[in-house]
Amino acid sequence: MTLDIVQMVLVTVLAAATPLILAGIGELVAERSGVLNLGVEGMMIFGAAVSFAVAMQTGSTVLGALGGAGAGLALAALFGILTVGLAANQVASGLSLTILGLGLSGLVGAGYVGIKRDPAPHLAIPGLTDLPGVGRLLFGQDAFVYTAVALVAAVSWFLWRTRAGLTLRAIGDDPVATHALGLKVRRVRFLAVLFGGACAGLGGAYLALAYTPFWSPGMTAGRGWIALALVVFASWRPLRVAVGALLFGGATVLQLHAQAAGLGVPGQLLSALPYLATILALVLLSLGRRQGGSLAPAALGRVFTPSR
Amino acid sequence: MRLDLVPRTRRSAVLDILSPALAFVAAVIVGGLAVAALGVSPGAAFVTYFVAPLSEVWSLQEIALKAAPLALIASGLAFCYRANVWNIGAEGQFVAGGLAGGWVGVATHGMGGLPWVLPAMLVAGTLAGAAYAMIPAVLKVRLHVSEILTSLMLVYVAQLLLDYMVRGPLRDPAGYNFPQSVGFDAAARLPYLMEGETLHAGVLVAVLAVGLATVVLARTLFGFEVRVVGVSPRAARFAGFSEARLTLAVFAISGGAAGLAGIVEVAGKIGQLQPEISPGYGFTAIIVAFLGRLSPPGILVAALVIALTTIGGEGAQIDLKLPLDLTRAFQGLLLGLVLGADVFAGYHVRIVPGGPSGRTTS
Amino acid sequence: MRGMVTKLGRAVLGAVLAAGPVLTGQALAAEKLKVGFVYVGPVADFGYSYQHDLSRKALAAAMPDTVETTFLENVPEADSERSIEKLARSGAGLVFTTSFGFMEPTLKVARKFPKVKFAHATGYKRSDNVATYSARFYEGRYVCGKIAGTLSKSGTVGYIASFPIPEVVSGINAFMLGAQSVNPNIKIKIVWVNTWFDPGKEAEAAKALLAQGADILTQHTDSAAPLQEAEKQGKLAFGQSSDQIRFAPKAQLTSITDDWDGYVIAQAKAVRDGTWKSGDTWGGIKDGMVVLAPFTNMPDDVKAMAEATKTAIADGTLHPFAGPVVKQDGTIAVEKGETAPDPMILGMNWYVKGIDDTLTR
Repeated sequence: MTLDIVQMVLVTVLAAATPLILAGIGELVAERSGVLNLGVEGMMIFGAAVSFAVAMQTGSTVLGALGGAGAGLALAALFGILTVGLAANQVASGLSLTILGLGLSGLVGAGYVGIKRDPAPHLAIPGLTDLPGVGRLLFGQDAFVYTAVALVAAVSWFLWRTRAGLTLRAIGDDPVATHALGLKVRRVRFLAVLFGGACAGLGGAYLALAYTPFWSPGMTAGRGWIALALVVFASWRPLRVAVGALLFGGATVLQLHAQAAGLGVPGQLLSALPYLATILALVLLSLGRRQGGSLAPAALGRVFTPSR
Repeated sequence: MRLDLVPRTRRSAVLDILSPALAFVAAVIVGGLAVAALGVSPGAAFVTYFVAPLSEVWSLQEIALKAAPLALIASGLAFCYRANVWNIGAEGQFVAGGLAGGWVGVATHGMGGLPWVLPAMLVAGTLAGAAYAMIPAVLKVRLHVSEILTSLMLVYVAQLLLDYMVRGPLRDPAGYNFPQSVGFDAAARLPYLMEGETLHAGVLVAVLAVGLATVVLARTLFGFEVRVVGVSPRAARFAGFSEARLTLAVFAISGGAAGLAGIVEVAGKIGQLQPEISPGYGFTAIIVAFLGRLSPPGILVAALVIALTTIGGEGAQIDLKLPLDLTRAFQGLLLGLVLGADVFAGYHVRIVPGGPSGRTTS
Repeated sequence: MRGMVTKLGRAVLGAVLAAGPVLTGQALAAEKLKVGFVYVGPVADFGYSYQHDLSRKALAAAMPDTVETTFLENVPEADSERSIEKLARSGAGLVFTTSFGFMEPTLKVARKFPKVKFAHATGYKRSDNVATYSARFYEGRYVCGKIAGTLSKSGTVGYIASFPIPEVVSGINAFMLGAQSVNPNIKIKIVWVNTWFDPGKEAEAAKALLAQGADILTQHTDSAAPLQEAEKQGKLAFGQSSDQIRFAPKAQLTSITDDWDGYVIAQAKAVRDGTWKSGDTWGGIKDGMVVLAPFTNMPDDVKAMAEATKTAIADGTLHPFAGPVVKQDGTIAVEKGETAPDPMILGMNWYVKGIDDTLTR
């Protein structure tokens, strides 16, 4: 296999990983603040539909991406009101948002099925992009990919090197104590949820504007759920989210490459690999930890109602 | 300004019953606005969605047929969710049950109508669903792996397994290599309940299951354990209820219920194995479980409501050209509103004016 | 409060008034033949369901005074019986069910409604009031294969396949035979995406095939994503189900389009005249059911060869599965001088020699 083929394969892996990184990093922030958002899939696909619609109407990929992020943020706001404001059950609320998001995406996207627009432009630096072997991989991607990388770095820095990030993590571990200290638990959680929704929407926008320049119903195909698994797999650490996304994106894409290369494994088994790999990864993670301890934010998923 | 939630000393019984109804009304109003925005008369839409399906015997049967698997699966899920165990993989357990029971049907094809075939199929489906649910259960109990993620991933695995079986080992040899099994014998089908070849005995199975679940939850020690573990895990531990044993048990129950629903659908409606045997029942049942407030009688009502809106939605697609996505969005919205409204029954909700920090005491 | 009551009253009145025309309309419509269509995917897929809907529109345009059409899209196969029955119950006299998975539900509803006629696409079971119809897609595939064999510089072609059913397998084989007729050493790489319509997956498959050296792509899936990908990378490809040239003006060589118009109109006429009979219709290029989009992006001599091949298939002088056809395992499927009988093509579940992949059974 020549270097060029290797690079092309890696480019497809990176492309497959990008939506997972975007959605995953947002969910990581939400979960670090203690909120489990199962609505990621709905926010992603609603973001995809809105981003495509906005991009078609305005002719601008950037506006489309912002529209997608905004759509995810809007749904996340509903989720936040339910779970943070009204202390409703987080699992059920997340699911209701997923279903709502799926339905709304179909309604918004109905007029755009099968219509194509130009895909998001790729970076092209003369000299750098043409480097053999790594040029396209490192310097020839579209803005979404670079945004995803930047987000990983930014979230990492925010959570561990700023006071606000420390607050957020503390709230995720012990909302009662932090509330007693005067920290605004619910406001921080609400903002974290909004950020998570915006990221999920951006991930959806990537799918509709760059990954394929199309909208089609159900196009997220469960990526939101994989992003949720990713966060657990990554032990709630941003860099590991990126690594995990590459692994999972790779698993999805590599089965196609394996078929193209003529390996005779049943197609269904190859298609099942990403899901089986997720389960295996979660099991290995649990086995690797010492008994009892979980790396999750201690108060993840639990309802918090501040009493006086 | 902030939103304050002060727990009530006792849940308001009035609001407990009223809040889902109010949520429903609110969802209908929002739906009406959406429909008007799409250029269709809200009145016509209301009639098409909620009234028209009730006006014909055939569509009443279809409502019952669609509600049955939802009520069955959701009744099982109620046990899980009450115990704070989050089985999201009912769809996969449904498929596993349909596959296992269907395999029995294929294996006994042509053997001449033995009376034990159908019961064997139902038992096989139930056991397969329960066994499939044991995977996330054991992983949770022994390794503390999140059951939400494992049960969900296993949905995809189950669907792919069914696809593989139907294209390979279980494929009908006389079927021009199309992905479907041989059609089941009459002995392997659930009998019809009335003229018209629509309503089959699966509806009875669902009703029985709902009744059984009601009794178990309300009147047995096990049901009591389930309810206590969900409300207060510490109290449950003090009382000697084993959380691990309970987790395994509720997963088995919900998996078995979903698996039974799977084989009921395969033996009742479909009559053979094919790559797709569920239009998302396992996931819709989650909505039904919450809409029914995790109580089997409520679940029965919620299942009927969801079935009604789904069938009404199909009618709306033909008569009013309203997309099916509208129904889905409505169902998601309804669940969200029910969850939100539920809060009012357990808490006093007060909007407290004040500064941005919102604290009235410092 | 009074305002609310009058509003409610108006809503009820409005509902009754809205229902009214539907009820009286049905009396008038008894004179018009109601024809229903059931699609498995969205009409806007610009592929398979889109082409079926074009035939519906053609019917509505051809017989506006005597026929009224309606359709249901995105009907999942597992839940289709209710939709088909709903069309029958709402007064349809002829129902087209356009996906293989609708076969058993169609037969069941047909039993309940013996006076309604049904036409099931791509199936094989018939009854007194259920006919079947399909198109000989493999004829188009042969022509495409010949073009690919001539134009491929890398000697490898890529095939994005949906599900391993006979219709798809016979397409692959015909494509390969066409390619082998000009380049006996042509290689083919096949990726199964397990869906009819999923632009994301189709694009991924296209990327994988192109990365592995294929320079001409063809597909048995419905979206224009592979064409798009080929255009992006400066390669060539064939479209599917409908003419997708506008998605890839520089990459599309031709597209195999399904033209159901003639069949649909003929069926509706037959029902109106009372001459409808059940049966199977399997038309190809000759009958106008398989239409190849204009040949583009190729040199004139290749265009001429493609036209000649197409004409030869249409007038019967060339058969894609003319012997000798050798299976992958070396056995002879069709002897020299013979052509593959229809049942063999309908049930094809083996690859021809020259395809290295193993067919998942």
